[in-house]
Amino acid sequence: MEISITVNGRSEALDVPDNALLADVLRERLGLTGTHVGCDTSQCGACVVHMDGAAVKSCTVLAGQANGAEVTTIEGIGDPDNLHPMQAAFRENHALQCGFCTPGMIMSAIDLVQKADGQLDEGDVRDGLEGNLCRCTGYHNIVKAVLAAQDDMKSA
Amino acid sequence: MANETGIGAAVKRKEDARFITGAGRYTDDIGAHGQTYAVFARSPHARAKLNGLDSGAALATEGVVAVFTGADLQADGIGDLPCGWTVHSKDGEPMVVPAHPPIAVDKVNYVGEPYAVVIGESLEAAKNGAEALEADFEELPAVVDLASAASADQIHENVPNNQTYDWELGDKAATDAAFAEAHHISTLEIVNNRLIPNAIEPRAALGEYDAASGLYTLHTTSQNPHLERLVLAAFVQIAPEARLRVISPDVGGGFGSKIFVYAEETAVIWAAGKLRRPVKWRAERSESFLADAHGRDHVTKAELALAEDGTFLGLRVKTLANMGAYLSTFASSVPTYLYGTLMAGQYKTPAIYVEVQSLFTNTAPVDAYRGAGRPEATYVLERIVETAAREMGIDPAELRRRNFIAPSDFPYETPVALTYDTGDYEASLAKALEHADYAGFGARKAASEAAGKKRGIGFSCYIEACGLAPSQVAISLGAGVGLFEVGEVRVDVTGSVTVVTGSHSHGQSHETTFAQIISDRLGVPFENVTVLHGDTGRSDYALGTYGSRSLAVGGSALIKATDKIIAKGKKIAAHMLEAEEEKVDFADGTFTVADSNQSLTFPEVAFAAYVPANYPLEELEPGLSEKAFYDPPNFTYPAGAHICEVEIDPATGVVDITSFVAVDDFGHVVNPMIVEGQVHGGLAQGIGQALLEHGVYDETGQLVSGSYMDYTMPRADDLPSFTVDTTVTPCTHNPLGVKGCGEAGAIGSTAAVMNAVTNALGVASVPMPATPETVWRAAQA
Repeated sequence: MEISITVNGRSEALDVPDNALLADVLRERLGLTGTHVGCDTSQCGACVVHMDGAAVKSCTVLAGQANGAEVTTIEGIGDPDNLHPMQAAFRENHALQCGFCTPGMIMSAIDLVQKADGQLDEGDVRDGLEGNLCRCTGYHNIVKAVLAAQDDMKSA
Repeated sequence: MANETGIGAAVKRKEDARFITGAGRYTDDIGAHGQTYAVFARSPHARAKLNGLDSGAALATEGVVAVFTGADLQADGIGDLPCGWTVHSKDGEPMVVPAHPPIAVDKVNYVGEPYAVVIGESLEAAKNGAEALEADFEELPAVVDLASAASADQIHENVPNNQTYDWELGDKAATDAAFAEAHHISTLEIVNNRLIPNAIEPRAALGEYDAASGLYTLHTTSQNPHLERLVLAAFVQIAPEARLRVISPDVGGGFGSKIFVYAEETAVIWAAGKLRRPVKWRAERSESFLADAHGRDHVTKAELALAEDGTFLGLRVKTLANMGAYLSTFASSVPTYLYGTLMAGQYKTPAIYVEVQSLFTNTAPVDAYRGAGRPEATYVLERIVETAAREMGIDPAELRRRNFIAPSDFPYETPVALTYDTGDYEASLAKALEHADYAGFGARKAASEAAGKKRGIGFSCYIEACGLAPSQVAISLGAGVGLFEVGEVRVDVTGSVTVVTGSHSHGQSHETTFAQIISDRLGVPFENVTVLHGDTGRSDYALGTYGSRSLAVGGSALIKATDKIIAKGKKIAAHMLEAEEEKVDFADGTFTVADSNQSLTFPEVAFAAYVPANYPLEELEPGLSEKAFYDPPNFTYPAGAHICEVEIDPATGVVDITSFVAVDDFGHVVNPMIVEGQVHGGLAQGIGQALLEHGVYDETGQLVSGSYMDYTMPRADDLPSFTVDTTVTPCTHNPLGVKGCGEAGAIGSTAAVMNAVTNALGVASVPMPATPETVWRAAQA
């Protein structure tokens, strides 16, 4: 099927199989390998991207479902010289080790902060990130980073 | 600290720039022109004869390039997957090793064991082909239960009683004598539950063969690419080492599970040579559950003999260890030399006797998982010490204190073959007690009780042997490889530094930590140091990353190399400044001559080494690049005190960790931010074992916990924030005085949690994981 999606601000017209997953199209067709695939049951969250402003697990979205949508991946939120506050907070708080869960974790965390009605506390962040697995950090520094980033995102 | 990015500074990581922007480069992110895709057909049975395999329909499937069976690999001279550590039984006989072909030939022995690989033009084609395979299996009864495995059906023709070895350590007679004199004997029967490692990046491989040069290149998710190459070359017979390059690019966590040489990358690199085309494979998560080496899985009976005042007199431990269906790469060493040797813990127990019987079952192979043997030892020892304290009515902190090896006792030779170089166990316990507000526990317990809750506190004073390992000790105990490390410091023409280390980083932050020590030693700006690793084409033969060895062994190799750089730099500087070599000093990046104002900067000397105009070429080779191999004289002995406090709701059985304190002695710390992060991650895995994680097979050998829907991974809302602190007794025998921090969290924490849970419930024992159902049942008793 033919789809047109806007990925990180760029329009893409693609011919994809009906059963193609968004995660695979981002990785294989568009070379956006920052979006990772860590499981096959929609549990790990390594593949989280934003579709029309909301966090989705791109391993569970058909590329066809993204037709006409605006998709933002980890590559689209900042670059080394101009980091998104969440990226900066992850670095500042050592919220990543092997880095594999990090893109999905950052995309989920941005969505969590953006959707928050008021200030998130530690428990809110822990509950809000339970759809993203990290095996390295024990989440301690991820929680710290998200709490720090929400202040930066609000003042930005 | 010499500078703000030197040793001791919480420098932000070099690695992060790529990882937070999605620019990391993991194996699955790498592709090759014209690549094909591999899909493995995996046994649906725990134990079966494979009487035939019809691949006709698979080969006829659109897009299928080839189907390879175990027989195809054997016919091509491909060897078995070896186990690299030969353990000897009590009777002196070497362990009994079953054949372990990479792809099953005529029988399968666990669910998920590959029996064919299908190569397709696309992943979908390969999957369709795998589904079209027709295998003729004849099911046999599976051996699943570890406790009865020795008397069950024999799995391997050459392995009677399903036993690979029956090992012992320690003085049995002395231990029996100690028990005969005991005032009190505590007994504990415990199970150390099977865990599934679950690095978030699934294993993957990309095999390529270059017909022009005959060179094979394997990109794979390995913690130790050189070991992978050695095994694939020398044992599996893919190609000589010189024609096989193994590259581990960014690797998304390992925790031990990516040490081993597996069937999949073996088949992928072989098939690439056969087909003259690149072959790519990435595990789906269900394959990771089925076919990554699992961890732990012991059944143990332990007895502790005590004098009236609580002095430990003797310890007896008898363990059954599950090897799974085959011996994985280092499986044999985990429940023996990484387990029995740790049974002294932090205590002066004078007599210890450990017996370990390792058995095969029709389950996935079991091998090293974060801590590898040492968490199992700590769990036994710290649970039985706590049990004894309760039975004798002695405060558990006080009982430990009475038995600690004192700082004045070092070096301390244990009855189980180790010599601890240094430590101060009372110091870490005292600091942990303060952080945990032990004095206030009674009031908190009363408050919980008033609210209908049960509160408990638990301790774990662990020790580990890290920095693997003195090569000659390891080899004398059965290791098939030396355990040194190599490091190379290449000073560039303009004075920047490229470091090549044999230690692979898959989350441990070597690019940062190693740059800090080089910056510190050579006075080169941190940003001018680049650390390369993970490529057999770049570094000399190296041993890789496991056993918390990277800084203690790999870092020490780098220090040795910088010593050579500085020594040569002094010679160059002496020549250039027309001074005596003995009068040249080097500090903070500058060569100076004593009693003069003459000096040269490090980049000036480096430049002279590569543009040797004013240079003693007749005495000294040009260039400034040095390499060193470091073989540690002893293990390192990180140790610490973990204290867990829990509150349990007896109505639901939910365990809430209200505080977790870890005070660890890692010797000197290069980057405290990174060290804390390592502890956090280890704690999560140890707590996960205690409360959440369980690898479960049913009686037919089907893996029940085969997905994230069934295997409870610790999630953000399952864990507390941790209180982490350190004490320091520097390691006495390596140049940095470091011990290693990668595994401590996982080694110490499990026992602390279970001591807290049993303390809260007022019961002697609760099986792991202490799920709400398990705890609720215990609370009703």
